[in-house]
Amino acid sequence: MFEPVLLRNMDVPDGHLLSSYEAGGGYQALAKALREHTPDEIIDLVKQSNLRGRGGAGFPTGLKWSFVPKRADKPKYLCCNADEGEPGTFKDRIIMERDPHQLIEGMAISAYAIGAETAYVYIRGEYVLAIHRLEQAIAEAHAKGYLGTRILGSDFNFVVHIHCGAGAYICGEETAMLDSLEGKRAQPRLKPPFPAVAGLYASPTVINNVETLVCVPHIVARGPDWFRSIGPDKSPGPKLYCLSGHVRNPGLYELPMGISLRELVEDRAGGPPPGRRIKAVIPGGVSAPLIPERGLDVGMDFDSLAAVGSMLGSAGVIVIDDSTCMVKVATRIIEFFHHESCGKCTPCREGLNWVVKVLRRVEAGQGVPDDLEQLEALCKGIFGNTFCALGDGAAMGLRAALAHFEHEFVAHIEEGRCSFH
Amino acid sequence: MNMREQIEAAAARYPDQRSAIMPALLIAQKEHGHLPGPVLEEVSDILGVERVWVYELATFYTLFHTEPVGLFHLQLCDNLSCMLRRSEDLLRHLETVLGIEKGGTTPDGLFTLSTVECLGACEMAPVMQVGDDYHGDLDIARIDALLDRLRAAAGQATGAELAAAGLPGE
Repeated sequence: MFEPVLLRNMDVPDGHLLSSYEAGGGYQALAKALREHTPDEIIDLVKQSNLRGRGGAGFPTGLKWSFVPKRADKPKYLCCNADEGEPGTFKDRIIMERDPHQLIEGMAISAYAIGAETAYVYIRGEYVLAIHRLEQAIAEAHAKGYLGTRILGSDFNFVVHIHCGAGAYICGEETAMLDSLEGKRAQPRLKPPFPAVAGLYASPTVINNVETLVCVPHIVARGPDWFRSIGPDKSPGPKLYCLSGHVRNPGLYELPMGISLRELVEDRAGGPPPGRRIKAVIPGGVSAPLIPERGLDVGMDFDSLAAVGSMLGSAGVIVIDDSTCMVKVATRIIEFFHHESCGKCTPCREGLNWVVKVLRRVEAGQGVPDDLEQLEALCKGIFGNTFCALGDGAAMGLRAALAHFEHEFVAHIEEGRCSFH
Repeated sequence: MNMREQIEAAAARYPDQRSAIMPALLIAQKEHGHLPGPVLEEVSDILGVERVWVYELATFYTLFHTEPVGLFHLQLCDNLSCMLRRSEDLLRHLETVLGIEKGGTTPDGLFTLSTVECLGACEMAPVMQVGDDYHGDLDIARIDALLDRLRAAAGQATGAELAAAGLPGE
């Protein structure tokens, strides 16, 4: 029986308060880290755990930390990516609303490991309750000596600031987030230099997702072997899955990494509404290519999903039933990417504009016979030719919809109408 | 704290004043309801940063409004998870009962209706943000009840709140 750790405080009354967090053993991992481990030992523990970034890319967290130069003449920064904008994703919001101290403890241990004394939490401005709860938690942690100077009697000093976003999806891209934090329009940077060397204010910077950071106290407390005992060895650990769309029990689920997508959707989330059948599932937010129903027996981990041409992404699992027009789904997804394109590079900015025009006319029953070729040509012009992954995500999503549901696009063009509505 | 003091307190969190433009704009918008030119200039003066830096952020990020919005900004999510749970029906209903189209504001200045991209609350789709609050698991009956509550709340709004929203007040 899997025991939830990341969500263990979800149903604790007033779980967002320090007293509740401490009553459940909170901040003992920070005390252990400061008392028993050097910063390098913490990095080694996280490397041994095989923790991979939960924001979407799945990069090994310990390895990312090890890129930060040991000696630097500039201050180092930790940035927490809480700009959760990937459609279908709501895990970070729920953690910050209900268990903000877990995040603060994770940030404190991580900052100790990389030698940072300042962290910024970049949190989307819409998350008003989460912002309020985190502010409150930071104040409580300061008052109790878990933040501030000489934390728990050690030489470690650390403060956390909140930086509110203002409604730009692109800020989830780590270098765009850094530009936004520096007070600029959020646009991705050309890499290298990588943030670990020259990030925020050209200083060494580590950017980690909320869920990644909350794994860290548990790795310190229970050890890397415990972490690796859950799920596949190359992609282990407890994992948060966001279930939404056409399921009976939408919500946030904590289960082992690698659980089958079918079990997650059909058993845990209760399957589709009565009388409906699943048509397709998007496993990791709308950037992740959809998987048709026959492909649901796949493990929900970075490597298994990559092997079938999709991705774990943010684990925003969106279930689509057989009442749904896939042309409409594809159009809505591409409209989103077009709206959120930052405008920096031409293939994404102009290409998505054309993709939206073509998709809208196909959806409206006004498509012409060579529109599908047009769409593929546009995808080819976008994919691999953009600064960041936004354009790639759009192209991959559209290609998957075309590959698996081409007959629906063709029917819209040939019949001049949508048969779903 | 007045607006200047709040902005100066926010700026102390950063080694570079330019980083404080976003928090300053959020503070100024809370104070004024939206961000007209003179407010942007005031922000630029308080922080001592280039005016163009302030303008470019105010026009890049969607949560900043350079034009007035209604006292209640109804922000209905129409991204995929909400679309699958029929947010379109709610949009049509809101347009009908408010007598405005998406993007519009009611003549009394009470409601602005917008669709927004994912609010990150898909477990309670369809969802709508009004001010600081999320309203989830919406259907037409809940939308109607919410509008009634908001109209009642507007009756109790202070003159300053109404003025901030561009309304005549009492």
